[in-house]
Amino acid sequence: MNWIPIGDISDIPLRGARCVKTPQGKVAVFRTAENEVFAIEDHCPHKRGPLSQGIVHAKAVTCPLHSWVISLETGKALGADQGEVRTIAVRNDDGALFIALESLMMAAE
Amino acid sequence: MTEKLVIIGNGMAPGRMLEHLLEKAPGQYEVTIFNAEPRVNYDRIMLSPVLSGEKDYKEIIIHGDGWYIKHGITLYKGHKIIKIDRAAKTVTSDHGVTESYDKLVIATGSVPFIIPVPGNDLPGVITYRDLDDVQAMLLAAQSREKAIVIGGGLLGLEAAAGLASRGMDVTVLHVMPTLMERQLDPAAGYLLQKAVEERGIKVITKANTKAIIGNGKVEGIELDDGRVIPATLIVMAVGIRPSAGLAKDAGIAVNRGIVVDDGMQTSDGSIMALGECAEVGGMVYGLVAPLYEMARVAASHLSGDRSAAFVHSDTPTKLKVTGIELFSLGDFADGDDREEIVLRDASAGVYKRLVLKDNKIIGTVLYGETADGAWFNDLKKKQTDIKEMRETLIFGQAYQGGSPLDPMAAVAALPDDAEICGCNGVCKGKITSTITSKCLTSLDDVRAYTKASASCGSCTGLVEKLMTLTLGESYNPAAVQPMCTCTELGHDDVRRLIKAKGLKSIPAVMQELEWKTSCGCAKCRPALNYYLVCDWPDEYADDYQSRFINERVHANIQKDGTYSVVPRMWGGVTNANELRAIADVVDKFEIPMVKVTGGQRIDLLGIEKEDLPAVWADLGKAGFVSGQAYAKGLRTVKTCVGSDWCRFGTQDSTGLGIRIEKFMWGSWTPAKLKLAVSGCPRNCAEATCKDIGVICVDSGFEIHFAGAAGLDIKGTEVLGIVRTEDEALEHIVALTQMYREQARYLERIYKWAKRVGLEEIRRQIMGDAEKRQGYYERFVFSQTFAQVDPWSERVSGKDKHEFKPMATIGYPQAAE
Repeated sequence: MNWIPIGDISDIPLRGARCVKTPQGKVAVFRTAENEVFAIEDHCPHKRGPLSQGIVHAKAVTCPLHSWVISLETGKALGADQGEVRTIAVRNDDGALFIALESLMMAAE
Repeated sequence: MTEKLVIIGNGMAPGRMLEHLLEKAPGQYEVTIFNAEPRVNYDRIMLSPVLSGEKDYKEIIIHGDGWYIKHGITLYKGHKIIKIDRAAKTVTSDHGVTESYDKLVIATGSVPFIIPVPGNDLPGVITYRDLDDVQAMLLAAQSREKAIVIGGGLLGLEAAAGLASRGMDVTVLHVMPTLMERQLDPAAGYLLQKAVEERGIKVITKANTKAIIGNGKVEGIELDDGRVIPATLIVMAVGIRPSAGLAKDAGIAVNRGIVVDDGMQTSDGSIMALGECAEVGGMVYGLVAPLYEMARVAASHLSGDRSAAFVHSDTPTKLKVTGIELFSLGDFADGDDREEIVLRDASAGVYKRLVLKDNKIIGTVLYGETADGAWFNDLKKKQTDIKEMRETLIFGQAYQGGSPLDPMAAVAALPDDAEICGCNGVCKGKITSTITSKCLTSLDDVRAYTKASASCGSCTGLVEKLMTLTLGESYNPAAVQPMCTCTELGHDDVRRLIKAKGLKSIPAVMQELEWKTSCGCAKCRPALNYYLVCDWPDEYADDYQSRFINERVHANIQKDGTYSVVPRMWGGVTNANELRAIADVVDKFEIPMVKVTGGQRIDLLGIEKEDLPAVWADLGKAGFVSGQAYAKGLRTVKTCVGSDWCRFGTQDSTGLGIRIEKFMWGSWTPAKLKLAVSGCPRNCAEATCKDIGVICVDSGFEIHFAGAAGLDIKGTEVLGIVRTEDEALEHIVALTQMYREQARYLERIYKWAKRVGLEEIRRQIMGDAEKRQGYYERFVFSQTFAQVDPWSERVSGKDKHEFKPMATIGYPQAAE
């Protein structure tokens, strides 16, 4: 597993998100109210809305375009909607954040 | 040894007393009864059904001849006692029978009150007291002529209904303004009068009889006001008086009635009294329940048990007219220390009112539906604390089962013909069937198709509950009822509680109002953030992460994730410098689309998020601030050129528009707020479809509001006309603040206005200077915190992280 540093947890606002640019597209990195960090593809399965711009609540984000709610843990749409985005493994070493390159490459497939 | 018990009177009270006595102490007394009426004990309460023909005499007999024989009781029928000799302990009847007693019970009942007017002794004037009266009325009714009943109380109305059902043309004269005023409040009295009149009975209230006229027999009545009403039968039913003459003649203490203690003992130790003739604790009684209670007490004492005592209790009144359900109990007068719960169902003719004091029922009036009378009576008697069931109490006992009490179940249990919307007369069945047949899913649709809750809106909660019941899961109550799935509370409740509990942060709201989720959701958080910003402008710290992306980055997100930027052009007015700055920005950032908006300004579309601060910096140098085209807040004030240029302009509409925009920019509102000012009624600024609009006229400014030109198209409503620009500004600002304080998040002004009522808004803004001033001042105070240009803040570095990627990774390393 190739862990790539992306920055510090304090770079992300609580109940917020930041983007990481990769050649395969943007990855959205979320920080929940409980200080958990998740990374998923930054495209809503619905109309490719930028999930990193949504409102973060519990372990989910609401897409800014059409309010789909996506689970940060599974990448799956919650509620009545059907769809899924890829999740990317995140390592949190005392606040230093890394994402897994392999899973990134896989995600890009 | 057997004692001699003599009873004067054979009505229901002594009859009941004997039943108790025979059970408690059979054989203790040798009983003799003198009955002035030539018959056995019958149920006087049922005289009205006999009169109306629903029952006959045989059916209302309580004790037949056989009963007296079986119990060895001597009954003198048609014997009126004319003398009590207390020294000799004897009574003597008008037929000359003298009987001695060890114990005497006086139960002479009451006599009807005859109003002292000329002609009251004419043949054809009768009272309504016993079976003889009923037979007299039945005889008179055969003529099918005109009858007058004097007295709109219980008895009078029963007599009137009976005579009418026997084919007479009946008029009821009542001296008070409403019928049965001693038992009913005016609202129920009104319903009762309508029901009586529907039976073809004429009712004249505030009617004072001056004289009964007739030559040898009754021909009619003359009222104080000179009216003459013809009639061949007059029934006096204006009240009763205890029949205490006999006792008084015997030297027994008599006040209004024969004075007895709570053991039914008169001033003579051997003589008791009970029934309508008795006065206990200063009260005389005419309804059967307390009379039966007297009977129980008297029987107890006669049997040697002296512990029984009569205690006053309020007795429910019921009217025995078929088809009129009426129940009255206790004290139902208004009072400062009292609360009331009222349920009205105009089309079904139901009126229910509970009067509460300290969470206990003290009075009840039920009209149209009285099944729960007994239950309310029970709650009142037991002084039950009703706090827990308050919400469903008025629906009655059937809706109380189990805890916790569920108002939804109460609504579910309502019959289909129960009226939900009183304003528009819409019943439950109509609403539920329309929801199903038209596939309605929103409250507005239900209002559009059924009119339910479309007027005063007070039944909105009930309509929403019906929608939930009918649609089940497919009805999304988040859109109307609870704010979202995080709470059971609706927007209005949350707003109220934020103020009432002084909640000043989102976590405080969620904790105190028992949010079901740890940090809310994308529906409730922006709403709570708005409510807190609105309610505590100086104390609340805006929660940036609870804002929708547009309000977080102060631009409008587009479908491809880029943003659009709209700088403010005050009143839609611009100049060469501004246009040049815009052109330079477009060139510099290669902005792909420039578009003129409907709000008289320019939209720059397709800007990358990272470029936003730089775009704003350049625009800011030319004096531009954010147009807040993304905000649930003040957007634009559209204007026409007005009196400065237009040959028709009556006022400086452009100037007023700019003034309003400069005054109000930056304010957050429940939903977007778009204004317009037109310089004349030609209305080139299209002010009459805006949230708030102004039409300038020669005499001043006509203020409009509650228009819509989006999902819905709706012309504005007129708030009012004011004379000066200053007044126009004050009224518009006050209206905006009222909307800010009351509306639900995302509720446009026209929807809010529909909900709270145009009249109420006009009353507060146009009619109540103090209220208006209050709103105005709160808005001005709030603006001192709101009027900060968000663009220049971000150009200065605020929220830098928002506009930059956290990292850029995975690209091939250069120059290796």
